[in-house]
Amino acid sequence: MADSTPKVLVVEDEVEIRRFVRMSLELDGFDVYEADGVKRGLIEAGTRHPDLVILDLGLPDGDGVDLIRDLRAWSDVPVLVLSARTSEEDKIGALDAGADDYLIKPFGAGELLARVRAHLRRRSSGVVDGSSVIEFGDVKIDLKRRSVERSGQALHLTPIEYRLLTHLVAHPHCVLTHRQVLNAVWGSNHSEDTHYVRVYMGHLRKKIEVDPSQPRYLITETGIGYRFVP
Amino acid sequence: MTDARPDPDRLLERLKQADAQAQRGKLKIFFGASAGVGKTYAMLSAARQLQQQGVDVVIGVIETHGRVETEALVTGLERLPLAAVSYRDRTLREFDLDAALARKPKLILVDELAHSNVPGSRHPKRWQDVEELLDAGIDVWSAMNVQHLESLNDVVSGITGIRVWETVPDRVFDETDEVVIVDLPPDDLLQRLKEGKVYLPQQAERAVRNFFRKGNLIALRELALRRTADRVDDEMLQYRRNLTVAPVWQTREALLLCIGPDERSEKIVRSTARLAAQLDVPWHCIFIETPQVRHLTEAVRQRVLKVLKLAQDAGATTATPTGTLLATTIVRYAHEHNLSRVVLGRDTGRLPRPWHKTLAAAVGEQGTDLDVIQIALPATEHGRRPSPPAPAGGDDADATKRNAWLPYVWSAAICAAVTLLTAPLQAVLELANIVMVLLLAVVIVALRFGRGPAVMAAFLSVAAFDFFCVPPRFSFNVSDAQYLLTFAVMLVVALVIGQLTAGLKFQARVATLREERVSALYEMSRDLSGALMAEQVAEIAARFLQSEFGARAGLMVADLQDRVAEPLTLPIMPAGIDPGVAQWAFDHAEPAGYGTDTLPGSPVLYLPLKAPMRLRGVLAIEPKDPARLAGPEQRRLLETCASLLAISLERIHYVDVAQGTTVQMESERLRNSLLAAISHDLRTPLAALVGMAQSLAMTQPPPTGAQVEIVEGIGEAAQRMNSLVNNLLDMARLQSGPVQLNRQWQPLEEVVGSALKAMSGTLDPKRVHVSLPEGLPLVNIDAVLIERVLCNLLENAAKYTPPGSAIEIGAATSSEHVIVTVDDHGPGLPKGREEAIFQKFERGRKESATSGVGLGLAISAAIVQAHGGTIRGETRPLGGARFTFEIPRGVPPSMDDAENIDEAVGDGHG
Repeated sequence: MADSTPKVLVVEDEVEIRRFVRMSLELDGFDVYEADGVKRGLIEAGTRHPDLVILDLGLPDGDGVDLIRDLRAWSDVPVLVLSARTSEEDKIGALDAGADDYLIKPFGAGELLARVRAHLRRRSSGVVDGSSVIEFGDVKIDLKRRSVERSGQALHLTPIEYRLLTHLVAHPHCVLTHRQVLNAVWGSNHSEDTHYVRVYMGHLRKKIEVDPSQPRYLITETGIGYRFVP
Repeated sequence: MTDARPDPDRLLERLKQADAQAQRGKLKIFFGASAGVGKTYAMLSAARQLQQQGVDVVIGVIETHGRVETEALVTGLERLPLAAVSYRDRTLREFDLDAALARKPKLILVDELAHSNVPGSRHPKRWQDVEELLDAGIDVWSAMNVQHLESLNDVVSGITGIRVWETVPDRVFDETDEVVIVDLPPDDLLQRLKEGKVYLPQQAERAVRNFFRKGNLIALRELALRRTADRVDDEMLQYRRNLTVAPVWQTREALLLCIGPDERSEKIVRSTARLAAQLDVPWHCIFIETPQVRHLTEAVRQRVLKVLKLAQDAGATTATPTGTLLATTIVRYAHEHNLSRVVLGRDTGRLPRPWHKTLAAAVGEQGTDLDVIQIALPATEHGRRPSPPAPAGGDDADATKRNAWLPYVWSAAICAAVTLLTAPLQAVLELANIVMVLLLAVVIVALRFGRGPAVMAAFLSVAAFDFFCVPPRFSFNVSDAQYLLTFAVMLVVALVIGQLTAGLKFQARVATLREERVSALYEMSRDLSGALMAEQVAEIAARFLQSEFGARAGLMVADLQDRVAEPLTLPIMPAGIDPGVAQWAFDHAEPAGYGTDTLPGSPVLYLPLKAPMRLRGVLAIEPKDPARLAGPEQRRLLETCASLLAISLERIHYVDVAQGTTVQMESERLRNSLLAAISHDLRTPLAALVGMAQSLAMTQPPPTGAQVEIVEGIGEAAQRMNSLVNNLLDMARLQSGPVQLNRQWQPLEEVVGSALKAMSGTLDPKRVHVSLPEGLPLVNIDAVLIERVLCNLLENAAKYTPPGSAIEIGAATSSEHVIVTVDDHGPGLPKGREEAIFQKFERGRKESATSGVGLGLAISAAIVQAHGGTIRGETRPLGGARFTFEIPRGVPPSMDDAENIDEAVGDGHG
C-alpha cells in the first residue's frame, strides 16, 4: 500500500453484503468498484485494472468460476472468493480455476481486511522471484543450497517433503487444493492419490511445527487443501 | 502325505458344541454295575471335597437308605427340602425342581438318574429334570446303574431275569460331560451284602437275592466297564478330532429299521440303536402302513406308536410311509433317504416255509445296492397269537371289535341279496351270466368293506352259486364234475378281483386323505398370506385344526419382552389353557403338555411358534381324540402348521413395523424441506448483519463506549443466530435423504488439528490435550463432516464444564474400528439419558442457562452413522463425560508409490 491507493473490485449481487464490503474497504483507504454480475464484473476488471478482485460465486447471470477463467487469461490479479459454508466443491472449482483464497459467509470486516492486505503485500513484495532464502518462525529455507534449518539445526527432509514445503512456501496465503499440490509435487499421474499429500503434510508438520496437532504455518483448509501462512 | 487340513464342517460343529457347552451346566454321572457298589458314597465324598474348596454345592435329592457312613457324609451339606406331591390320596416326597432352579447353586447332587417322577410332576422322568437344570447352567452330579441304560435294558434283564422299568436314554449317558465308574469286585459286593450294607427293598427280597448271584454280578460289571470303555473310546476319537480333523471325508452309512406291529419290535429297536451307536451313524425307523395294518386294534396301534417314540428317543428319525408291498416301500424309502443298510427282524420262532419268500430276501432282490442286516427275534412266548388283550380302557377296544364284525355282516347280507335277486332270473339267464352277477357282488363288497369281507364274499358267492344255481339245486352236490372247475375258477377270480379292488380302494383312500391334508395346508397358507392381524391368524389356525384334527386351538402371541399374552379370543377355545405351561414352552422353545416330555398329563398340547427371526408365540391345541395327534405324520402336519403360523405372525409384525416407519418417514421429510427453506432464507440477511455490525465498529469518528457495546452485542447475537441456522441447515441436509459423503483417506491428526483451529474462537486451545498414538491408520472419512463432529463434541465439552478445566482428545484402534474419544472434567452425563442426548432438541440438564438447542449431538450422531460408525456418551467412573465415536477402519490405500514422482515434474522448485 505504498505509492497509489490500491483498487479493489467487488463482484456481488446481494446489495447488503456489497455495501458492507465497500464500507469496510473504503474505511481502510481502498478505492472500491462494484459490479452485480459476471458481465459487469469483467467489464469493470478490464477497464479499472484492480489490484484485487472480491468475487461472490453465486451470481444471477452466470458462474463466478467462468469469470475467474476469463480473468486469468490476461491477468494474475489476486482473486478472493466469497462462498457459503457447505459448498466445498464450488470453492475447489474456483481455486483450481485460478482463485487465490476464499472467505466463508458470514465473515467479519476484520478478517476480510486482513486477507486483502496479505494478498496485496504478497503481490508487491514478490517473494518468489527475489531472495533465495525464505524465513518464517525459526525455520530457514535456502533454495540455492536446497537445505532447511530449524533454530540453526539442519533439518533432514526427504526429496518429496522438500518439494512439498517449497511449493507451499512459494504461494504464501494462497489456498492450494489437494489436486494442485499433487500435480506440482508428484505429477499428474498421481492425481487420485490425495492421501499422499495428507500423509506427507503430516510428516512435514512433525518436522516444522511446534505443535503438529495445532499447526501454525501449514494450515489445513478442511476438505479443500492447504495454506501456508508465514 | 495326508492333507491335515481340518474339515470345516467338523470345526463348525465343534465350535457350536463348545458354545452350547459354555452356557450349559456340566453333568457328571457316577456309574456302577449294580446297586450297592457305593455310588452315592463316592458322589458325596467328592462333593464334600468341592465344598471345602468353596464351591456352592447343594443336595437336591439323595437316597442314603439309612446307611450310617453315607448319612454321616450328608450332614454339613446344604439339602433342599423335598416337594410334597399328592397322588391318589397319598402324599409323596419328590425332588423339588423349581426350588433347585430358584436356588441356582453351582453344583447340585441329584441321585438316581433313572428315577420315575410321581405322576403330576413337571417331567415324567428325573433325567428330564436334570436336563432342565443343565439348561439353566447348573452343574449336576447324579448316579445310575448299568441296568438303567435304555439300550442295555433287555440285555440286563436277559442276564438277571429281572426287568427294570426305570431307564435313561443312551443319549443322556453319551452326552454326559464326565462319567465316573464306581467299581467294586463281585466278591466284595457279596461280602457287603452279607454284612447287610446293601439296601434291599423289603417286598422283592427274594428276587433281589437272585439278582445278586456272582455270575450276574460279573456279567453286569463287564457290561458297565465295557460301556464306559466305549465312552472313553468316543472321547478319544473326539479328542483326536479336536486335534486334527480326519482328512478323509467319510460317507455315513445310515441304517434303516423297519418294524412291524409285533410286540418284539421293541427289542429290534434297542438292538438297532446299539448298532447305530457302535457304527456312529444316523438311523431311521419306519413302520409301513399297509392295507393289512388298517385292521389292527387300537391297542396294537398304540404299541407301534410307542415303539416309534422309543426309536425317536434313541435318536432315530421316524416315519410311517404307506404302501401295499413291504419290500418295495422299504427299498423306495431307503433310496429316497440315502440309507444304505436295512435292518429287519428275523423270525426264529417260525418253521421255515420254502414257498414263502422272506421279507429280507425280497428287499435284497429289489434293492441290490442295499445291505440287509437281520436281527434275531426271540420266539413269541404265546406262539403265534397275534396280540395280547387290550389293557385298561377296554371299552374302546371292545367297540372297535364289535364294529369290526359289521362289514362281514354286510358282506353276507349283500351276497344273500344278490343271490335272491338272481333267483327269478335263472330261467332267463345262462349260468355263466349269473356267475358274473355274483362276481359283481364280490367287487361291491371289496370296494365298500375291504379285504376280509371280500374274501368272505368270494366264498359265500361260490357256495350260493353251488347251492342255488347248479343242478341239483338246493344242494351242495354237483351233478356235472365240470362245475368243480367253474367253482375253482370262480373262487380264484373272486378272490383276486376282491383283493385288487380292496387294494386299489385302500390306495385311493390314502391318496385322498393325503391330498385333503395337503390342500387343507395349502388353503391355510393361502388364507394366512392374506391375514393382516394376529386375530385373523388365530382364527385360521383354529379352523384348520378343527377340521384336520377335530381339536380346539388357541393362539398366544408373545410381546417384545418375550412374555406370552393371553390367548386371542375365539368362538371355540380350549378350556384348560395354562399360561404358565405356555410360557415354559415358549422360554424353552420346546413343545410341552399333552404327549410331550413336559407335563404329559395336561389335556392341552403347547407348540412354540418358531419363526426365522425369533419365537413368535405359542399354539395351544386341545385334541378331542388324542390318538389323532399321535402319529409321526400328524406330528409333522402340526409342525408345518405351527411354522406357517409363526411365519405369518412374523410377517404381520414386520408389516406393522414397516407401516410405522413409512408414516414416520413422510412426516420427517416434510419437516426437513421446511427447515431447509427457512434456513436458507435466514442466512443471507445474517451474513450482512454480521459484517455490518463489524463495519459499524470501524466507522469514523470511532464510536463511544456505549455504542461499542451495542455494536458488539449485535455482532454476537447475529453470530449465535448464524450458528443456530447452520445447525438447522445441517440437520435438514443430513436427514433429507442419504448423506452424500466426500470420503477421502486421511490421517486423523489433520482433522483433529483443523477442528481445534475452527474452535479457537470459542475454546482456549491450551485447555485441549491431544494424545493420538503413533501409527494410527489412515481413515476413510468426509473430513468436513468429521471435523464438524469433533467441533460439536468440543463445543459441548466447553459448554458443560467449568472454564479452564482440561479436555482430552484420544484415539485407539480395534480390529474393525478407529475409536476417537473426547473426555472432559465436567459433571458427566445425566444418568439414564446417555442415548437420549443424541436425539434432536435434547439437552443434558433440564434447567440450564447454557444456550444451544442441542442439535449438535444429533448432527454428530447422524454424521457418524452415515460413516457406518457408532457414537455414544457415558460418564467416566472417575467423573466427567466421555464421548466416543467409532469409524470402520477399512483397508487404507498403499503408500508404496509415494516416493516416485513423475519425470515430467522434474526439479520444479529449487
